[in-house]
Amino acid sequence: MSVEIVTPIHLSHLRELESEAIFVLRETAAQFENPGLLFSGGKDSIVMAHLARKAFHPAKIPFPLVHVDTGHNFPETIAYRDQFVRDYEAHLVVGYVQDSIDRGTAVEETGPTASRNSIQTVTLLETIEKHGFDAMLGGGRRDEEKARAKERFFSHRDAFGQWEPKNQRPELWNIFNGRKAFGEHFRVFPLSNWTEMDVWQYIQAENIPLPNLYFSHPRRVFQRGRAWLDAETGFVSPQLDEVVEERIVRFRTIGDVTCTGAVDSIASSLDHIVAEVAAARQTERGTRADDQRSETAMEDRKREGYF
Amino acid sequence: MDLLRFSTCGSVDDGKSTLIGRLLYDSKNIFEDQLEAMETSSRKRGDEVVNLALLTDGLKAEREQGITIDVAYRYFATPRRKFIIADTPGHIQYTRNMVTGASTSQLAIVLIDARKGVIEQTRRHSYIVNLLRIGRVVLAVNKMDLVDFDEAVYRRIVAEYREFAAGLQNSMEITAIPLAALHGDNIVDASENMSWYGGPTLLEHLESVEVADGIDHEDARFPVQWVIRPQSPEHPDFRGYAGRIAGGRFRRGDRVTALPSGFSSVIKSIHTADGDLEEAFVPLSVALTLEDEIDISRGDMLVSSDNPPQHASEISAIICWFSEKKLLPRGKYYLRHTTREVQALVTALDYKVNINTLERLDEDVNFSFNDIGRIRIRTSAPLFFDAYGRNRQTGSFILIDAGTNETVAAGMIDG
Ligand SMILES: Nc1nc2c(ncn2[C@@H]2O[C@H](COP(=O)(O)OP(=O)(O)O)[C@@H](O)[C@H]2O)c(=O)[nH]1
Ligand SMILES: [Mg+2]
Repeated sequence: MSVEIVTPIHLSHLRELESEAIFVLRETAAQFENPGLLFSGGKDSIVMAHLARKAFHPAKIPFPLVHVDTGHNFPETIAYRDQFVRDYEAHLVVGYVQDSIDRGTAVEETGPTASRNSIQTVTLLETIEKHGFDAMLGGGRRDEEKARAKERFFSHRDAFGQWEPKNQRPELWNIFNGRKAFGEHFRVFPLSNWTEMDVWQYIQAENIPLPNLYFSHPRRVFQRGRAWLDAETGFVSPQLDEVVEERIVRFRTIGDVTCTGAVDSIASSLDHIVAEVAAARQTERGTRADDQRSETAMEDRKREGYF
Repeated sequence: MDLLRFSTCGSVDDGKSTLIGRLLYDSKNIFEDQLEAMETSSRKRGDEVVNLALLTDGLKAEREQGITIDVAYRYFATPRRKFIIADTPGHIQYTRNMVTGASTSQLAIVLIDARKGVIEQTRRHSYIVNLLRIGRVVLAVNKMDLVDFDEAVYRRIVAEYREFAAGLQNSMEITAIPLAALHGDNIVDASENMSWYGGPTLLEHLESVEVADGIDHEDARFPVQWVIRPQSPEHPDFRGYAGRIAGGRFRRGDRVTALPSGFSSVIKSIHTADGDLEEAFVPLSVALTLEDEIDISRGDMLVSSDNPPQHASEISAIICWFSEKKLLPRGKYYLRHTTREVQALVTALDYKVNINTLERLDEDVNFSFNDIGRIRIRTSAPLFFDAYGRNRQTGSFILIDAGTNETVAAGMIDG
């Protein structure tokens, strides 16, 4: 954002959200011994990494980026991650879902809709334990999903990594209580109050580079449920009745290939995307297969320690 | 575009969740897939019309029991404003969640069921809203359809509420609106059933109301969160005090005092990653650099040398007690105030408040779950603070149980 002098009454909502997120990032650095920032290459984690860079500027980000790698990545995501790490001399930690499978701590789903999305939780918790992280910064937003709408900025996790939604610590004003017993940790969500629109407007205002996947491009896809699933990376296999075709699509959110759906779109620039998001009739999670498994899919996963 | 943070409160079943659902639905802030999901679950539950409350009641237990347990945050925007709503629970045992939702709000919507009028919960919630110094209240008299949209009923309730509110400690600006949230009357569109009401609809009011309370724009306050010291070849000597401005404004060249040391210096730069600023104000996050090298760390506060805050290690404060464990006289807790943490010893329990009658009880000062009252505290190191009524950030604190690490109380410092 350009440095303009604004009056207190009319501080733009983006400046206010930015300032709040930076405050939370700094509190995390200050209150915990060993925080990590979950970095998936998705736009929310990109914005969060960008904010982390701002929060500690001109020093480097004082904690590592942590990627839980399902092995089912879009190559663009990994390239973006590695470029970011090089550009900002950040420290990167990767936890591989494949390692958990090899160790036998996670069991791979089978069948046509198999996804590593839910067993990511195992790898995440193993990565937290292995590196002794006591706080994980996540890009979760309360507007994403109804269980997330209930989450605090500083969200306590017990020694098993579980969330207890019925008994969360009260969170008053902006005083965050990060105290915990040994073995427990916190998930921290600096973007709690951002909406999908805010994230896009911020990316636009700040001119943050994004992987090309977010912009319209031709891609071989097939339809499953509401979403167009990728047929190029080879991580999802179309069933007999699922026809592969080439379409002009883009991704509104990016995660593991097996559960990230594309949407038909000709939005090829940030201006286009902001206009498209403003007109959208579906939430971005509407294209995520993982949330549609049941009404409380997200709450169930979060209780167990999901992002 | 600016941001308005508001909360909704009221008793169970007064229609808070429905009101929010309606507000989002009528202002076209609900997406198709959310609506479809609500239709499906409404059908499963046997509801006749789509239950808009399902939009905010996100937890499994809440949907099963049809109640709100914890604060749900909702977001919507109109071309004029962005809104953050904290939908807070009405049940007495979830009061602490209501306080959580209200503590960051600039305005509160207090819902009343027109059939029931002002009840105990209305009084309790309004008392808390008032205590937290939320200066703007919308009195939403809901379910007007169930009283035949009768103006006399509405007038009676409003008069009763105003009389009650006049007895509260702090002044509040009250705007009353008659509603039928379920049917959308006076939510976004003016009600055809209540032509006797000439005022704004709820959304019109929310879009235009001026709010800036709880922020002190005069006395410059900067709690230090973190010290930025790159020690890199490009920035060998950079030493920036990172924080979020909690009061007033800071300009380059201003003389500031560091607390608790009392040393003063001059602001050399107001640093951000986007370049230096000439001035900065609440609630910007910046990093300040000073002309002189003085020892400053997290928990210290930079303040304008002209009007420093109060400074004491004995304070008295109103607290809301959140724990199932009773507050211990002579009990020791951690106290967090801005970015500072000290140990606190409770030295006196002055009184509790019966929030239904607003009476002070100084005989029974046994603070248990959800009690509110005044206590006195001695801290292991001095605090620098303003009265809560002057600055919500530098006048508030929390108490933490040293054994369980739970947040057990919210405190507002007297002044
Ligand atoms: N007739 C009528 N019913 C309403 C109105 N608003 C809410 N309700 C109903 O009141 C009940 C409780 O509403 P809910 O929004 O869950 O209340 P909450 O507990 O305050 O969140 C539900 O059955 C709603 O359909 C209204 O304006 N008129
Ligand atoms: Mg409710």
